[in-house]
Amino acid sequence: MSFVEVRDLWQSYGGRAILERVNLSVAEGEFISIVGASGCGKSTFLRLLLAEEQPTRGTISVAGAPPAVEPNRARGVVFQRYSVFPHLSVRDNIIAAESFGTRTGWLWGARRRAACRRADDLLARIGLDHVAGHYPAALSGGMQQRLAIGQALTARPRILLLDEPFGALDPGTRTQMHDFLTELRAEAPMTVFMVTHDLAEGFKLGDRVLVFDKPRWDPHDPNAYGATITYDFDAINRGIPYHHLREEKHDPIDAHA
Amino acid sequence: MRLINRKPGRPAALVLAALPFVVVAVAYAIGSEMRLAVNPQDRLLPAPATILDTAIRLFTEAERRSGRILLWHDTGASLFRLLSGVAIAAALSLVLGILIGLLPYIRRSLSDFVAVLSMIPPLALLPILFIIFGLGEMSKIVLIVIGTAPVMTRDMAQRVIEIPREQIIKAQTLGASSLVIALRVVLPQILPRLISNVRLSLGTAWLFLIAAEAVASEAGLGYRIFLVRRFLAMDIILTYVLWITCLAFLLDWLLRVLSRRAFRWAETGL
Repeated sequence: MSFVEVRDLWQSYGGRAILERVNLSVAEGEFISIVGASGCGKSTFLRLLLAEEQPTRGTISVAGAPPAVEPNRARGVVFQRYSVFPHLSVRDNIIAAESFGTRTGWLWGARRRAACRRADDLLARIGLDHVAGHYPAALSGGMQQRLAIGQALTARPRILLLDEPFGALDPGTRTQMHDFLTELRAEAPMTVFMVTHDLAEGFKLGDRVLVFDKPRWDPHDPNAYGATITYDFDAINRGIPYHHLREEKHDPIDAHA
Repeated sequence: MRLINRKPGRPAALVLAALPFVVVAVAYAIGSEMRLAVNPQDRLLPAPATILDTAIRLFTEAERRSGRILLWHDTGASLFRLLSGVAIAAALSLVLGILIGLLPYIRRSLSDFVAVLSMIPPLALLPILFIIFGLGEMSKIVLIVIGTAPVMTRDMAQRVIEIPREQIIKAQTLGASSLVIALRVVLPQILPRLISNVRLSLGTAWLFLIAAEAVASEAGLGYRIFLVRRFLAMDIILTYVLWITCLAFLLDWLLRVLSRRAFRWAETGL
């Protein structure tokens, strides 16, 4: 049984088909990159995974749970912008991942102190401990995205959804963020879906790269058909096949023996 | 150099800022001087010294009959009406704005209604308010509420809707209920806006207050102005007008300071 199961997914807005016949099964711990031209349903697919909207047809199930009707704690998300709360300090943004699930949204006393300690541990791990008391507006774009990822992971989601998370960053910061994400995944395996415009980024980070495109095209009515997954690349080892050594040791055969 | 790129230095900026005030004061003094030279009994433009004397008398001397200093009594009555009206309107607009902005069902049923409500000229309702609530405090406070709340509500709702969708989604993925989203994501982010809305609507509130007091009242700054108008007591009227201006300026300044202190995270937007 796969971890994330997408069955015969269709989505259309008022007769305009966006997605059609999307089928996908993802194992736990896989990193899925999603690429494709603008307007071909990548973001729609992510919104459906997030359960922000409901598909016209088909189902998405995460970890065997029934299809969700609204965003919940099983899904963590990082958007390109506006992912952290501007009115909360960096530390409070992390604590929010624990406190927002309570009835009033606040933690008190010993629970708050414990959450505070955990938040400080996490901030030290993601290298933001020196700005714990600052507001996000004082942080650089890369730091804000690191905070957003840390915040999402604090809620311990089953799947992490990244919507062009590094799209607004400069190339140097972007590379740093790639390393950061790779480190986080090395520490704790997680299932990730990442929408990106950057093909190289998709192959660098992903275990699989999905390409969304429209397989059918009606020149008289471009909106008649939706997009679907047209390619599903194995991207382990940066998409270069046959590099994967299955054995621990690979001794060349001695031709003279 | 282009005019748009010419900027005054610090001393020049101070002089420029003071200039209009000085010009008005000097123009008044000259006008008053000319009229008084022709007719020493002229009441239209009393001399600045006369106004100062009147002001000192108004601020310090009690009325013989009641033993109260009328100006302070008027100020208390007016500020009570003004502040309760604006406070009620602000609270109302905050709650309604969040509900309308956040809940699609409430938005459907209330947003057009509030829009229509805000089109009614509030002063046209004043007779109705006097009939329903009598001539006491209630009708004046209600007038201020009706005059300022609908516009503020519309603006608050709009601000709630303008909070990036990403933040609302994010809060949901952190397990927040509708209540928690309202209290911890929406409320703190629109409070600075509420303060600036209050600052903007104070001007309107003064207008309604003075209008209501002029029509029917027993005390209040607006009442006094319209009362002494009958005696052509320009010195009293001018003192009151200046005093009202001071109060309005002070309230605005207090709210601005409060807003800066309380919402450090939004500093740039204020």
